[in-house]
Amino acid sequence: MGEFTLSLPISGKDVRKLKVGDVVYLTGVLVTARDRAHHRILRFLSEGKKLPVRMEEGVIYHCGPLARKEGSGWKIVSAGPTTSERVDAFLPQIIRALRVRAVVGKGGVRRKTAEAMREMRCVYLAFPGGCGALAAQRVKGVKRIYWSDLGLPEALWVLEVEDFGPLFVGIDTKGKNRYEEVKREAVRRLRSR
Amino acid sequence: MSPITQAQVERACFELLKSASTRLPPDVERALRRAFEEETSETGKMNLQAILENVRLAKRQCIPLCQDTGTPIFYFRIGTKADLRADLERAARKAVRDATRLGFLRPSIVHPITRENPGTNLGRGVPWVSYVPLREKDWVEVVLLLKGSGSENMSRFTVLDPALGVEGVKKFVLETVIAAGGKPCPPIIVGIGIGGTSDGAMNLAKLALLRPLGESHPDGSIARLERELMEAINETGIGPMGLGGKVTCIGVKVEYAYTHTASLPVGVNIQCWAARKASVRLRSEGRR
Repeated sequence: MGEFTLSLPISGKDVRKLKVGDVVYLTGVLVTARDRAHHRILRFLSEGKKLPVRMEEGVIYHCGPLARKEGSGWKIVSAGPTTSERVDAFLPQIIRALRVRAVVGKGGVRRKTAEAMREMRCVYLAFPGGCGALAAQRVKGVKRIYWSDLGLPEALWVLEVEDFGPLFVGIDTKGKNRYEEVKREAVRRLRSR
Repeated sequence: MSPITQAQVERACFELLKSASTRLPPDVERALRRAFEEETSETGKMNLQAILENVRLAKRQCIPLCQDTGTPIFYFRIGTKADLRADLERAARKAVRDATRLGFLRPSIVHPITRENPGTNLGRGVPWVSYVPLREKDWVEVVLLLKGSGSENMSRFTVLDPALGVEGVKKFVLETVIAAGGKPCPPIIVGIGIGGTSDGAMNLAKLALLRPLGESHPDGSIARLERELMEAINETGIGPMGLGGKVTCIGVKVEYAYTHTASLPVGVNIQCWAARKASVRLRSEGRR
């Protein structure tokens, strides 16, 4: 099990180093998106419209932060991951179109998304679910918020993070998928009960 | 004796929201510490370590454990002899509004079809409020559950053929837990409602989650079912966050009701490790 501290954006070379089971910490800028934002990203892509923030070769964080207004800005209070599988249907296309380097979330994604990840050299990184207070410690600031008309949790939050983690590699660029393995084994054990 | 007042209930509801979102009940924290000791997978242990660190941080800084502060669900247990002069639902709504404004709750509640977010966590049916009468008691107990949707989305209901019996129930629960995998943030607590009619079984499944973890069901056959299911769930190897490991579940709670001879309804309600529940007993002002 390797441990890596990477700065954002992640290079193609760095992302290929990561293997299932490794632990990663990220420093730099990432963008949150959840259900409604994924839907809108796809619409923008199909209409050839420019996204409000550069997401090419970036990291998408499945998260709807809890933030408090502080002066003219926002302070992130709690910002753990949300379930990735809800946006699973949108992900293959988004990963291919934006050449996303890493998806950060919880619970993993289905087979078609994992295939898109292998093809595009993208990894799935799991932040410990429910650990919103811990995640907020690693968020140094909110750079911008876009699409707040979707509701604050569903907006695109551009976050500056430092040593953001622990992130566990759940799916790597070789297509190895820890969630699939665990589930297959669970079904096998259930059948042999 | 002076009555239980509006202000008293409002204050109590607000304190419950604040404490539930920022700190875990002691039984749950204890179970997570034990899980950390017992876990053998390296990834699983690191995830549990992060969880315990998160619990410490949230408590120390009085900030929400998880950004999904859930759907607020209030159960008011009202003594038939309590001198209550308060509109309980109004009190709950005011407390939710205040807790949201002060950043103890994320504004997560939306219209189910338009998805419009009022930003207050208030809307038709939210907070969910239910009332239970308590015979002969002179107090009111307010129980709050902040139910996150990562786990709530994994809820399942079925009506089994009665011939499938307890083995059928176990199989359904295990399939539900495996299908949920890492999505409900394991280690989980599994609430199960058996019997009644459809809505009744789901309601029992949720009420089961309110029971303290250390306490097994007073009915011996139900207690055995809880134990056996707990073992079977932990044998799946799903582990913390679905990344593999020994500890998938820190509690199984079963509630039951008699049902129709043609039916065997089973409801499953999964609770993430961040089981945010809190309760307080209100007596007349000054006697709390």
